[in-house]
Amino acid sequence: MRIILFLIRKEFLQVFRDRALLFMLIAPPIVQLIIITSAATFDVKRIDVHLIDLDRTPASNRLVDRFQASGRFAVTRTTPSGAVADRNLLSNEVDLVLRIPNGFGEDLARNRQADVQLIFDGTNGPTAGIGQSYSLQVIDRFAENEQARLRPRVTTASAAPAPRLEVRTRMWYNPGREFEDYMAPGILVILITIIGTMITALNIAREKEQGTIEQLNVTPITKGQFITGKLAPFWLLGIVEFAFGLFVAWLIYDIPLEGSLLIVFVGAGLYLVTALALGLVISTVSQTQQQAQFIAFFVLMIYLFISGLFTPVESMPVWAQWIAEANPIKHLIALIRAVLIKGAGVSQVSVELGMLAAFAAITLPLAVRTYSKTAA
Amino acid sequence: MTRASFGGLLRKETFHILRDRRTLAVVILMPIIQVLLFGFAIRTDVQEVRLAVVDPAPDARTLAVRGRFAASPSYRIVAVLPTASGIDELFQRGAADQAILFAPDFAAALYSTEGARVLIVTDGAAPTTAGSVEAFARSVMLGYQEELRSGPAPPGRGGPGIRVAAHVRHRFNPTLESRYLFVPGLLAFVLTIISALMTAITLSREKETGTLEILLVSPIRPAHIILGKVLPYLALAFLNAVTTLTVGWAVFGVPVRGSLFLLAGECLLFVAVCLALGVLISARMPSQRASMIAVIVGTMLPTAILSGMIFPIDSMPGWLQPVTYIIPARWFIEIVRGILLKGATLETLWDDTLILAGMTVVLLAAGVRSFSARLD
Repeated sequence: MRIILFLIRKEFLQVFRDRALLFMLIAPPIVQLIIITSAATFDVKRIDVHLIDLDRTPASNRLVDRFQASGRFAVTRTTPSGAVADRNLLSNEVDLVLRIPNGFGEDLARNRQADVQLIFDGTNGPTAGIGQSYSLQVIDRFAENEQARLRPRVTTASAAPAPRLEVRTRMWYNPGREFEDYMAPGILVILITIIGTMITALNIAREKEQGTIEQLNVTPITKGQFITGKLAPFWLLGIVEFAFGLFVAWLIYDIPLEGSLLIVFVGAGLYLVTALALGLVISTVSQTQQQAQFIAFFVLMIYLFISGLFTPVESMPVWAQWIAEANPIKHLIALIRAVLIKGAGVSQVSVELGMLAAFAAITLPLAVRTYSKTAA
Repeated sequence: MTRASFGGLLRKETFHILRDRRTLAVVILMPIIQVLLFGFAIRTDVQEVRLAVVDPAPDARTLAVRGRFAASPSYRIVAVLPTASGIDELFQRGAADQAILFAPDFAAALYSTEGARVLIVTDGAAPTTAGSVEAFARSVMLGYQEELRSGPAPPGRGGPGIRVAAHVRHRFNPTLESRYLFVPGLLAFVLTIISALMTAITLSREKETGTLEILLVSPIRPAHIILGKVLPYLALAFLNAVTTLTVGWAVFGVPVRGSLFLLAGECLLFVAVCLALGVLISARMPSQRASMIAVIVGTMLPTAILSGMIFPIDSMPGWLQPVTYIIPARWFIEIVRGILLKGATLETLWDDTLILAGMTVVLLAAGVRSFSARLD
């Protein structure tokens, strides 16, 4: 036990001595947690419109007013030239070109039917689809309004209401779609993973590079003691950072704490064992810090993108879902979201807890086995 | 300094790169694997929405609406229920993403002033896609209403109502294919981290082993030392850009509408920015370990989230949007999407290009200064 404590003390001393490293471990993650959390949204705030109104009648003005009044669209450019409009789309000046053809007002009055053209910038990603839906709603309301305007002037026979759907929408489980509640825990998990895996991956590789590992190898320290001594300090660092990050997220974003924090910390603790053990495995199989670094980066990218943090795992192809199942981060994020947002108890997250425990139980012995005390 | 000594430096660094076969293999293969993996796995567009239908009084009208959903490739109807009581369970089991609930008097109310009531319930637990999924269902419903209005009015109902036909087009990306948007993002992400890591590692390693001091006291100027060290990596990272884009084009069919020559030039410029970032970081950080952690912690999440790679910058809160200006990948993604999808030329991309060039100069100057200062 004393040996382990000595090793732990040594690791702490090394980390605390390297002030720049210590700073990198604490400041950027917390700053990022605060800033990045509010960036992760697909909400459509404002759609900039280039208006080509070739009609210039009261009817076309009413349509434009409807767009403006919806609060989602802002007409920022108006030129009758299609070429200019296309250039504005090309240079990201506007997101949508709304083209009202000549004769729009007349068609409406005479044939009760008119056309408008909407050209979205398809490189805007998910927002283009949402923008399309918004604009169709605006046009739909406009048509209804025109109908109401016409009614007094036409005979009752032809004034029967047009077929109309009353579409209402509801968002369940997260009615306000609070992105922060959803993202903050996930981002926190990614951050402690980057720190945990990266720093351990570099750890043994560094001792190898500097030759100090040889010195440790000739001491009577057992493999288990060595690994424990290497992992424990960073495990502690990770837990402290996690707690601090959660506190900051609660303070700033007021993330809900519906369920038991104990479950969250048990999950995080189990997870950190896996993250650190993985870092150790990486460092033992690589010869230099450089190699360790690149392999760790590769693993971290899979962690990051196939974790359900940004895009739901369910929408991935089946093989990718299997990769996600083998990604401990996915289970931890699911667990934290369920406990914090939905107030799930142990029985509801037993699968996630079990998976995290299983990962820890597999990766730690693996790390011990891979590490060989004989010099490579 | 002579041309020969600079050439010698270049040769030395190239030897360093070629000697470590393992790292070289990782650096060359990793981006290819990542583009393949994530290109297939990650989609932010509406994929296959699993839909539950609650239809208390099925008739021709509701069947027509259901048919519209069933015909859409984005929808799969997983359950048809007579009452709403079962949908909660479907959501909780994760068997459905969305439900549409018809009012019992749907067909009868179609021509009333209130309209036929439909409720669209979306699982908000995945807020990133929930907005798109909701908008999509709305569009389908409005499409049906449009179909009804354009058809002949039923007997005794008078003439058709006012109708405004919206012709919607998504310019540059008609099917809103998210892969087309994701590949440029992934390219920027991989290039940022690999380039910054490589220079940070090579420079801080020479610093740690003391060989940098030896180089600095030689008659070679610090700027030339750094150039000599960085140039070989410029070639390597450029190779990464080429392989990544080739995979994107060959496997995912990402179009290349603009000039290949311009694309190559912009890639080189972006790689230069990232290498310069690596130079600056290694100049400021005392150890190899600290600079690697600084690169990963400092660039991984900001590049993934603040660059517009996944989450549109327009959707971010107003105060945050200026923060994205300091992320080089943000400009590069705009450039690459412009060239690939919009066929943009320097005429519209000059500002983004200028910003990247400015970043390179500033970062490189700051890095070289920091290195030179070490001698005093």
